[in-house]
Amino acid sequence: MGAYRCPVCEYLYEEAAGEPREGFPPGTPWSEVPDDWTCPDCAVREKVDFEPVSS
Amino acid sequence: MTSATAPAAEPPLSATWADPKRYLWLLGLVVPLIPFIGWGLAEATGLGVMWWFGPAFVFGVVPLLDLIIGKDSSNPPDSAIKWLEQDRYYRWCTYLFLPLQFVSLVFACWMWSSGGLSFLESLGLALTVAMVGGIAINTAHELGHKRKQVERWLSKIALAQTGYGHFFIEHNRGHHMRVATPEDPASSRLGESFWAFFPRTVWGSLKSALHLEKVRLERMEKAFLSVHNDVLNAWAMTLVLFGALTAVFGLEVLPWLVLQAVVGFSLLEVVNYLEHYGLLRGKREDGRYELTRPEHSWNSDNVASNVFLYHLQRHSDHHANPVRRYQALRHYEDLPELPSGYATMILYAYLTPIWRRVMDPKVLAHYDGDVTRANIQPRERKRLLAKYGAAG
Repeated sequence: MGAYRCPVCEYLYEEAAGEPREGFPPGTPWSEVPDDWTCPDCAVREKVDFEPVSS
Repeated sequence: MTSATAPAAEPPLSATWADPKRYLWLLGLVVPLIPFIGWGLAEATGLGVMWWFGPAFVFGVVPLLDLIIGKDSSNPPDSAIKWLEQDRYYRWCTYLFLPLQFVSLVFACWMWSSGGLSFLESLGLALTVAMVGGIAINTAHELGHKRKQVERWLSKIALAQTGYGHFFIEHNRGHHMRVATPEDPASSRLGESFWAFFPRTVWGSLKSALHLEKVRLERMEKAFLSVHNDVLNAWAMTLVLFGALTAVFGLEVLPWLVLQAVVGFSLLEVVNYLEHYGLLRGKREDGRYELTRPEHSWNSDNVASNVFLYHLQRHSDHHANPVRRYQALRHYEDLPELPSGYATMILYAYLTPIWRRVMDPKVLAHYDGDVTRANIQPRERKRLLAKYGAAG
C-alpha cells in the first residue's frame, strides 16, 4: 500500500496504518482522505500538497 | 558541555558551536515563580503593593530589560539544528514550568482564603497569577505543537489554569492553516483595534475549535459529547481543577480563579493581536491562498522577551516549521519586524491611537505603500483606502 509525505514536516500517511485519531482506520486508501484534510502535525499543508513516497 | 552526539559522518558540532542561550532558557522558570517573588517582596518591605508584582514584571521589568539588553539575531548553524532539537535538556526547561505553575496557583488560593490580604492585595495577586496563566499558554503552545502525545497532554494541563483548553486544537489546526487571511479569527487586521479584535478572536477561535473537533469526531463515527472530544475533555480539566481548589479553600477563591483565567487568556489574545497585524496572504489562480511564508508574521529579536517566551517572537520560522522546537528557531533578515519586543508592543496595543501611529505605517511600508495588499478591517476599508491614496 502507498504512503504520502507532508512536504513541510515530513509527517507520513501510510495507507496500511491509516490515522485512526483522524478518523481514518488502518487500510483507508489515500483517495478516501478528503482534499481539504490538513497535515495533523504541522497544519501548514493540505492533502493535495502531499507527495507520494515510493516504497 | 553536552552529551549529544552528532551523526557519525559529521564532525562533532558541540566542539565548534555552543548555544549561547542554553542556560538562559532556565529563566523561563522564573515566570511561574512570580507570585512567590511578590510574596517575598511584600514580606521584606511590608508593602502590600508588592502583590502586584506580576503585571509590574510583564509590563515594566521585561520592556525595560528589552530596552537595556536589546537584540540578538544570532542563529544556530543549520548543521546544529538536529542535535539541538534532540537535546532533552531544552524540553525539561518547558516541562518544569507546569509543576511550578500549579504550586503558584495553590499558593494563591491559600493566600486568598487565609492570607489576611486586603481586597486590593488579593486583586494584585489575581493579576499576578493571571500573568503566570497567560504565559503558561505560551508554554502550552510550545508543547502542543509537538508530535509526542505526552507533550500534547502536558499542553492541555498547562491550559487548564486559564480554561483555554480549546486553544491547542484551534491554534494548531485552525490558526496555522488560515493565518494572515480574513478568515482567521486570530489574525488581526489593519485598522482593527485590539478592543475590536478581542471579542472576535475569543468567540471565533472557540467556535472554530468546536467545529474542527466535530468534523474529526464525525469521521471517527464518535459522538460529539464524548470523552474523545479534545475540547470538552480539556475544559473538564479546568472544571476539576477549579472544583478541587474551591472544595479545599472555600467558595471565596472562585471569583479570583475566574478573574485570573480571563485576564490570563486576554494576555494570550493581545499577543495574537501583535503577531500578524495587517499581513495578508495573496490568492493563487486556483482560488487557494498562497502558502504561509515568512513575510506573513511580525518578528522581534529582543533577547529578554524572547527568553521568557521560548523564542515565540521568531514567529516567521515558527509558522514555516510549526513542529520545530523553540531552541532551534531562527531569525531571518528582511522580514516584518516589530519596533520592540512583545511586552512593549502589548502596551501599544492597549492604546489604540499609539498602536496605529506606530504600526499602520509599518504595514504600509511592508506593502510598498499599496494598502490594498494588506488584510484590512472591512468596516475601515473605505477610510483606509482614502487615507492611503488607493483607488476605491
